[in-house]
Amino acid sequence: MSGGRILPGRTPPSERVLVAVWPDWPVVASGQPPEVPAAVVEANRVRAATPAARLAGVGRGLRRREAEERCPGLVLVGGDPARDARAWEPVVAAVEGLAVGVEVCAAGKLCLPARGPSRYFGGDAAAARRVKAAAETAAGQPGCAVGVADGRLAATLAALSALSAQEAVVPPGGSREWLAPWPVSALGAGFEELAGLLVRLGIRTLGGLAALPGPSVLARFGPSGEEARRLARGEDPLSHRPRRPPPDLACSASFDPPEERIEAAAFVAKALAGEMLDRLAAAGLTAGAVSIEASTEHGETLSRRWRLEGDLAAAALAERARWQLEGWGRRSGGLVMLRLAPEEVGPGLGRQLALWGRSPEEGRARRAIARVQGLLGPEAVAAAVLTGGRSPADRARLVPWGSSRGGDRAGSARGGDRVGDAPWPGRVPRPSPALVHRPPLSATLLDSAGMPLTVSGRGILSAPPAFMSTAGAQAPLSTAGAPGGRVTAWAGPWPLEERWWDAAGRRRARLQLLLEGGDAHLVYCESGSWWVEASYA
Amino acid sequence: MFEIPAAMADLFPEKGLRRASTVALQPLSGGCSLALALAASATSRGEWAAAVGIGSLGLLAAAEMGVDLGRLALVPDPGERWPEVVAALLDGFGMVVLRPSAPPGGEEARRLVARARERGAVLVLLDAAGWPETPDLRLTVRAQIWEGLGAGHGRLSCRRVEVACGGRRAAGRERVAALWLPSPDGPSAAAAAIPAGEAGAGLGGAAAAV
Repeated sequence: MSGGRILPGRTPPSERVLVAVWPDWPVVASGQPPEVPAAVVEANRVRAATPAARLAGVGRGLRRREAEERCPGLVLVGGDPARDARAWEPVVAAVEGLAVGVEVCAAGKLCLPARGPSRYFGGDAAAARRVKAAAETAAGQPGCAVGVADGRLAATLAALSALSAQEAVVPPGGSREWLAPWPVSALGAGFEELAGLLVRLGIRTLGGLAALPGPSVLARFGPSGEEARRLARGEDPLSHRPRRPPPDLACSASFDPPEERIEAAAFVAKALAGEMLDRLAAAGLTAGAVSIEASTEHGETLSRRWRLEGDLAAAALAERARWQLEGWGRRSGGLVMLRLAPEEVGPGLGRQLALWGRSPEEGRARRAIARVQGLLGPEAVAAAVLTGGRSPADRARLVPWGSSRGGDRAGSARGGDRVGDAPWPGRVPRPSPALVHRPPLSATLLDSAGMPLTVSGRGILSAPPAFMSTAGAQAPLSTAGAPGGRVTAWAGPWPLEERWWDAAGRRRARLQLLLEGGDAHLVYCESGSWWVEASYA
Repeated sequence: MFEIPAAMADLFPEKGLRRASTVALQPLSGGCSLALALAASATSRGEWAAAVGIGSLGLLAAAEMGVDLGRLALVPDPGERWPEVVAALLDGFGMVVLRPSAPPGGEEARRLVARARERGAVLVLLDAAGWPETPDLRLTVRAQIWEGLGAGHGRLSCRRVEVACGGRRAAGRERVAALWLPSPDGPSAAAAAIPAGEAGAGLGGAAAAV
């Protein structure tokens, strides 16, 4: 990483950046050759089209039906961000062969500091040509646009405007002037709302925004306005000024045994992403980029930097990590380590910080849960939620971990208790049984004369219970044997009538039984047959 | 070291549950409740607990015993890959309560025990039959007496148990304690000690029953 300090009272000069953009990358990633008229469609609009389709008048943003009208033989492909990112990885690797510090901004866009390569290859234009050639060789077709300028915004716009020409180089120090005629909507992702507001206020160009006094912009539009103004002046946002982050912000997980499956590793990456953002938030910082690093059991180390543009949500970060893992593809051995490290850490301006951070125990536990979800599927891990009800099985439910009512402490404990404490007449009193049989075990109850026990319609037992038995095959814990034996004490029957107004209604009579040997069970009679509902194990 | 409620502390040679150890319990006759009591002492001190292969665990009882359900994860049906699941959970959880769905091979069991030792986690085996390794501690309910239930009247209110703790090394000498599990005083006191004289009177006759 380059220089590390911000000198007080002086705006540091913005870095010279080379940006390579591939506007129609999704259609290249979909594998459609350039001579076939094809388009990638997202949300019923054309997202990208091959040169052949463009010749027929199919362009970005066109409605799907209109595109089909203009070009009857058009091949339509659905959008897939993961596919785009996977296919982008070889291009990034090819560019990395030319220069250091390559960062992935998105699938179809990368940037790198231009100073080194420009000196080495003999000028910005020469470096841009080399990068363009390398990218197009890796992709196997033309279509890459490269721009060099001071600041990332100017370089991106220069690249896009260079699509028709060869490459665009904005001379050093000329970015502000060059950007001035561009509309404010060119600020791009994350500034849509601000751009709309600026237009309504009569500030239509970046030049107009750049000319506004800084303190007034900050006062009126907040940190995001200040950031936009800096971008319009050809400077990089202050919060993304390169600085080495304190080491404890990086999150890593190790795999023992090595993880072969990308899906499982991606689950862990999701947990790591959440943890890293929590740590950043706790320190009041944001990151301009994240480096995703992995090592395999054969000692191979993989690393890739992703620039974080727009919102910094855990889901978005996790998605990038998954794309990267897929981009690296299957390796000769399983992964032994995965690490996410924030880079270009700066103050998190204008972001709401969480009041309470996560404890280290919670972070570790969530990572382990993610690992198990990767092994067995997301539904396999459950959280317990207390709910209302009359039987022990009704009063506590399992919900998949991470669903809105589970996983969160608030959802499971607090919300649940309130419902659980509501009056539910007829519920089983405390203490609750430690084993709840799902489904209940079929049982036989006999009286002292050896006759099957029955409960009358008025809830009267035919005789005191004397003996209980259950079939062995359905035993709750296989080696423990089926519960059964002579009854030494009992109470009930307690009638329970639920939902008598509809078909889901049930009518039961409950007994608590204490068997010889000291084990207690909760049994009920429904429609003449007996069931062991729970055991006080 | 996990702190254990004072009532149970006498059972353990070090007055607490040592991290990086294996504890075996029987599944019925009080074993489940003991497992919940151990999980309660872990989660109430900020640790996370997981239960693997116990779909029938009484979650309401767990909450009444003092388990913080927000820190409890359940894998009710781990299937054939349970050793991998347990290994992953031992990495991140302070306590994993396990009922193996099939007896593990000696190699697998050794690896899990080693993993628990390395990560400082407690592996609680509910139903250790078929577990090839000797656990560090083995808690056995010698006798249990439920109170409150009569011949056709009353309801279960509390239970006295006599628990024996044996095992390896320091736990080689067996310790016995009489406890309330659950106690008559309500939900918060999950396990409470029974004064010595009272315990002898109550449990003496029933000691052979379990």
